[in-house]
Parts: sequence; C-alpha cells; structure tokens
Amino acid sequence: MITSFLFKALDRRAIWVVSALIALAILVPASNLLLPSDSAFHVSNFTISLIGKYLTYALLALALDLVWGYCGILSLGHGAFFALGGYAMGMYLMRQIGSRGVYGDPILPDFMVFLNWKELPWFWLGFDQFWFAALMILLVPGVLAFVFGWFAFRSRVTGVYLSIITQAMTYALLLAFFRNEMGFGGNNGLTDFKDILGYDIQSDTTRAALFSASALALAASFLICSGIVRSKFGKVLVAVRDAESRSRFIGYRVENVKLFVFVVSAMMAGIAGALYVPQVGIINPGEFAPANSIEVVIWTAVGGRGTLIGPIIGAVLVNAGKSVFTAAFPEFWLFALGALFVATTLFLPKGVVGSFSSAMAWLRRRTAKSDTPVAEPTVRAAE
Amino acid sequence: MTKSAAGSLLYLDGVHVSFDGFKAINNLSLILQPGEMRAIIGPNGAGKTTMMDIVTGKTRPDSGDVIFDGGIDLTRHDETDIAQLGIGRKFQKPTVFESHTVWDNLELALNRNRSVFATLFYVTTQRDRDQIHDILETTRLAARKDELAANLSHGQKQWLEIGMLLAQEPKLLLVDEPVAGMTDAETEETARLLREIAKSRSVVVVEHDMSFVRDLDVKVTVLAEGSVLAEGSLDHVSSNQKVIENYLGR
Repeated sequence: MITSFLFKALDRRAIWVVSALIALAILVPASNLLLPSDSAFHVSNFTISLIGKYLTYALLALALDLVWGYCGILSLGHGAFFALGGYAMGMYLMRQIGSRGVYGDPILPDFMVFLNWKELPWFWLGFDQFWFAALMILLVPGVLAFVFGWFAFRSRVTGVYLSIITQAMTYALLLAFFRNEMGFGGNNGLTDFKDILGYDIQSDTTRAALFSASALALAASFLICSGIVRSKFGKVLVAVRDAESRSRFIGYRVENVKLFVFVVSAMMAGIAGALYVPQVGIINPGEFAPANSIEVVIWTAVGGRGTLIGPIIGAVLVNAGKSVFTAAFPEFWLFALGALFVATTLFLPKGVVGSFSSAMAWLRRRTAKSDTPVAEPTVRAAE
Repeated sequence: MTKSAAGSLLYLDGVHVSFDGFKAINNLSLILQPGEMRAIIGPNGAGKTTMMDIVTGKTRPDSGDVIFDGGIDLTRHDETDIAQLGIGRKFQKPTVFESHTVWDNLELALNRNRSVFATLFYVTTQRDRDQIHDILETTRLAARKDELAANLSHGQKQWLEIGMLLAQEPKLLLVDEPVAGMTDAETEETARLLREIAKSRSVVVVEHDMSFVRDLDVKVTVLAEGSVLAEGSLDHVSSNQKVIENYLGR
C-alpha cells in the first residue's frame, strides 16, 4: 500500500528534484565547512544561512500550493501555521537557554522573569524536550487547521470568503501574540537562542546541519506532495478544484477531502517555520502579519501553481530578488513586488514553470509539424 | 413514512418547497417503480430542476416525504450520501472534470470506496480497467480516452457525463435535458444510449424536446406550477385539456 504510494510519487521529474535537493544538502555544507574560504567553490556563512532561509520559504510555498494549486483553497493565512511551527521551535530553544539568560533563572525565560512571573505557564511544560517540541511543531498547526477547516469546509465556505477568514485568523493570532499576558514574549517574541540539541546554534557546523535539514525536509515534503497529487486522491483534489458540486454528486465527501489536504499542508508549513527560526535566530508576532501570508501567495503564483516545482522556484526567485533589490533600492521593493504580481497575473498566468512547459510543448509541436504536414488543429485550439 | 412507499424505487408524497414565498414545488407526488424509465415535461418554472434538487439532496423540502428504495428518507441525507446510496444525476449543462482526461473522469466516477485514505492508496485493478473500457465502448469515446475532457465537443461531454453516471452504477439516474444543444444525429445517439441504460436501472429524464420524448416511448409526467398536471403515455397526456392549456397550447 505504502510502497505503491511511494512508487507513484517517484516519477522522473520527482527523482530529479529530490536528487537535486539531496545533493544540495550534502554539497553546500561540505563546501562551506571543508573548502578554504578563498576557494572559488566556497560557500560563505552568509550565503548558507540565506539559502537555508529560502529553502524554508520554498517549503512554505509548496505547502500553500498543495491546497491552492491543487484543491483551489486560496489560503491567505498560511503564514500563521509557519509562525506557530516557529514558535514551537522557539519555545524549545528558549528552554535550552537555562540559567545562561540575563536574569539567570534556571527555568523561566528572561521575559517571564521581567514580567515577574513566578512559575512556568502550563503550555510551556514539556518544551524542554526536543521530541515534545517536534511533536508540537506538527500538532499545533495541524490541530488549528483541523478545527478551522472543520467549521469552514462543513459550512461550505469557499472562494474569496474563505480567503478572507484565513486572513482574519492570522490577524487574530498576530494581535493575540502581541500581548504580554499570552506568555510568548509579546512584541519582542523569542530570541537570544543558545543551543539546539546540545550544539551551539551559532557554530558553523550547526548552521550547516540546519541547512541540510531544511533541504532534506523540502525533499521529503516534495515526495509526499508528489505522492498525494499523483494518487487517485490527487485527481479528486483537482476535481474538487474544478467542479466542486459535481464531485459531491459523484459521491465524494468534499469537506473531508479539503480538510485532509489543509491539515497536511498546515503541518508542512509548521515544519518550515520550525526550521526557519533557528536559522534567523528570532520569532516574533510579526510573522503572523497578513502581508506575509499574501507574499507566499505571490511566490507560488510567480513560480507556477498547480505544479510542485513551481512554488519552490518561485519562493527562491522572489526572495533572491528581494535580497538584491532591498540592498540596492530598499524603498522600492514593495512596488517591485506589486508589479511582479500584476505582471505574473497578466502575462504568466501559469507562472514561470507553467509557461516554460507550455513553451516546450509548443516547440515540440512545431518541430513535429514540420516533420508531418498534417497539423492537429484541435490541440492548438485548446491552448 | 407511508406504507405505500414499499416496493417503489422513488416515492414523493405531498412535497412542498418555497423560495422566499415563491412556491416552487406545490404538493408534488410521484411514484417510480424499480426498472422504470420516466420522462418529465413541463413549461419553464414548472419545478422540474427543483424536483431533481430535492431528490439529490441539494434542496431540502419544507414538508412532504421523499423516500428512496422503499424505506430510505432522502431528506435526512446530503448530496454525497445520496450519490453513494445509488442516485446519479446529470446536469443540464454538461459538467465534467475539464482538466482530467476522459479516462480519469471515468476512473473518478467508478463506484469504489471514496474515502480519503482509500483514494490515497488506490491501485487500478484489472476489473476497474475492464469496466472503464466497457463504458468507453458504450459511450463511443474509446478513441478519445487520453484526451482532456476540456477538448471534447459538447455532445461528447454529454456522453462522457452519462458514462460517468454509468461508472457510478446507480439504481436511479436523473437526467436533466440531455439533448439540449445537440445536433439531430447526436440526439438520436443519446436516445439510444439512454434506452440502453434503462435496461438495467431506473431513469428519470427531464426534457423539452417532444420528438425526443416520443423517441423514448415511456410513461410521461407533466409538471406545471410545482405539481403534477397529468400522467400517462405521451398521446394520453397530449390530449389532456389542462396540459394543452398549460403547456402544449402555448
């Protein structure tokens, strides 16, 4: 059963992507750690943490594409699942600080001492154990997505209304996490991390390991997504996207289909957030900002929704563009991002990857046509 | 629940539905026997589509009994349940999954376990392949099985949708205006297809096209203003004075 699932997941394209990501997970850290810093192939510490960050963004975009590109659920709140995964990791990292904090309290994180709290709130219990934090990284976004999706999909909230309530969800969480009484560090969030799994979080080897972990997590998620979209369930997803009520009249329980894929996607977003936080060294309520979630939609649209490679390419392209642009003309980045979204919608509705494969198909047909005089008019009309 | 529902496939009794005060269905009663094929005609707004909405769970009646297979109260079930109970529906406008191939459309419609995990780990069996091939033959779509449904002609989409209903293996098929917008040749082909289907299951056809209804040669129910005006053979109902006033005379 599982083997046939994996067998289907591994088509030629998936093998390419997964191999490339595994190669990235090995080669980049190796060149950072082993090659001398004046070598042409040396990857600097700055680059490795930058690309590591892009990989977690790519995972977030992939998660969004699974629900948006394949099932038509335009979530404008995926940043919330990313941030929750990030907070779960942040809580673990806070508890690893121990007595090395400014106030030297062996149990309480600094911000709690500052707020004059006497003991650890119940929801911080267990986060000193990595396995518990890892479980929460999956469970917290998963449960939120389940509860949210249970009500939204059962009440048949679709389209723009669903998008609006996902925005409201992430905004509500933003406001909640800003409050000091919530017990998540308020405005400042969680930072000043020291160790992860006993290793110094600032050290080169830890950075390299986090990079590898991000690349491998992306590869594993790609494989899972590939398995999902290539199964019969994947066909049901597309059927629900294109003709929801038809799928109901054929006998599919649309709300369960959506709920399953929404929860899987939220968990992937949570993993992305958890890998992001140790690499950037901070998590604060700003990650819940509605604009963040909208940016993820732009990455996915630019790369090409409804393809699995598209969101990965889109996330890396747009963020690399952002890094370059914000260094050169910082005040114009938002205009450039807006222009990019408008241009994609107008000129590349299928995104970079979708347009590329259309162009390839067109070229192939042209060469085929010059070989055989009889053209296939119906295929062209359908384009 | 009434005793008279026993033995019938579909039993509607005293059904009322109103939308914002407009009585779409008014004391509608109708009994369909297992294996029967029935044509339903009536002017626009007579409640034909609303009746199908009620039977398939899209609309809840305000009152009345809707009983399937002698004992199942359909008003307590939703679209998915009703589809799984064995009622298939074809819409007026052909709705197929355009970005799937003809083959995948049929595979999705096959009457198999439709739960999330069953579909996730589904493996196509020889039996499934044979069944899809049979349906492709019946609907004359075998040559186009790998084509995207979006690329089919209007008539072919209608047949694909009928093929999807066959794949569902329903006990009862509801077909809404199957020949609207079809050429004469396609209309004839569709009548053949429906008669073929009616051999093994009950079919309710809503249609405006009188010559098509005559072709089907089955019992006819005339609806007007949400209730049954007349019932019987086409000749019988078309000689009915009320029917002439209400529908045919116009």
